[in-house]
Amino acid sequence: MSQDTSRAISKEYIRPMPSNWWLKRKTYFLFMVRELTCVFVGGYALFLLVLATRLHDSEGFAALLKQPVLIALQIIAIPMLLYHSITWLNLTPKVMVLWRGEERVSPTLIAGANYVAWLIVSISITWIVSFFK
Amino acid sequence: MVDRLDFHHMDCVFFQVSSMAKSNEPIWWSLFSAGGVVAAFFVPITIILTGIAVPADWIGAENLRRLLGHPLARLYLGVLISLPLFHWAHRFRYVAADLGLKGMGGMLALVCYSTAILGTVMAIFFLV
Repeated sequence: MSQDTSRAISKEYIRPMPSNWWLKRKTYFLFMVRELTCVFVGGYALFLLVLATRLHDSEGFAALLKQPVLIALQIIAIPMLLYHSITWLNLTPKVMVLWRGEERVSPTLIAGANYVAWLIVSISITWIVSFFK
Repeated sequence: MVDRLDFHHMDCVFFQVSSMAKSNEPIWWSLFSAGGVVAAFFVPITIILTGIAVPADWIGAENLRRLLGHPLARLYLGVLISLPLFHWAHRFRYVAADLGLKGMGGMLALVCYSTAILGTVMAIFFLV
């Protein structure tokens, strides 16, 4: 109500924005793809939550992991999650600016270190899961 | 232009710095950011394990379930449920507004953040 009143009084011009604005340029489109990766990030978290409810049910736990629709959704989600990781890691040098004395640490080096860390994390988790008996 | 888009979310934070005392934005942004880091480093390998390795029988489902008997494995699962949900909530809220749902911004934020909080509470309930 109060918002409507202020809008009526304000002379500010609000430019109309068509909802397909992100289809007009490649950079806009890639921005939108990056933002929409969050749907897959959230969706996978929900899948893990359902998996967590079946920790004490051996058959139910296995059945969920063998469910064809869920396997298909996960395979579709993999490229989107990789896109999230790549765009996120590429942003780290911009968010994290490091100086060594007078010299700025190369953005490529910072991003590179993050990629190496990502690789080590992935190998470690695979190692732990595959050697646990 | 690309830089402006890159800092889309940060703009939102800087914009609100002056009114930070009465804004929850820094909390939601921190959780968004933490969730983004967790999703970037840990989710790809985890989804490859649950979506490809287990269905292909390279790793037994029962082995994975028994591994989750360990407290550290449960902590890992809990973190991978909670923080990515907050990442989703914050990013989805803004992307939905960008796609034309600007009018229902407040309602959308409430639904998104509530979902993330509820998911976290449920994860704690099932994992502890």
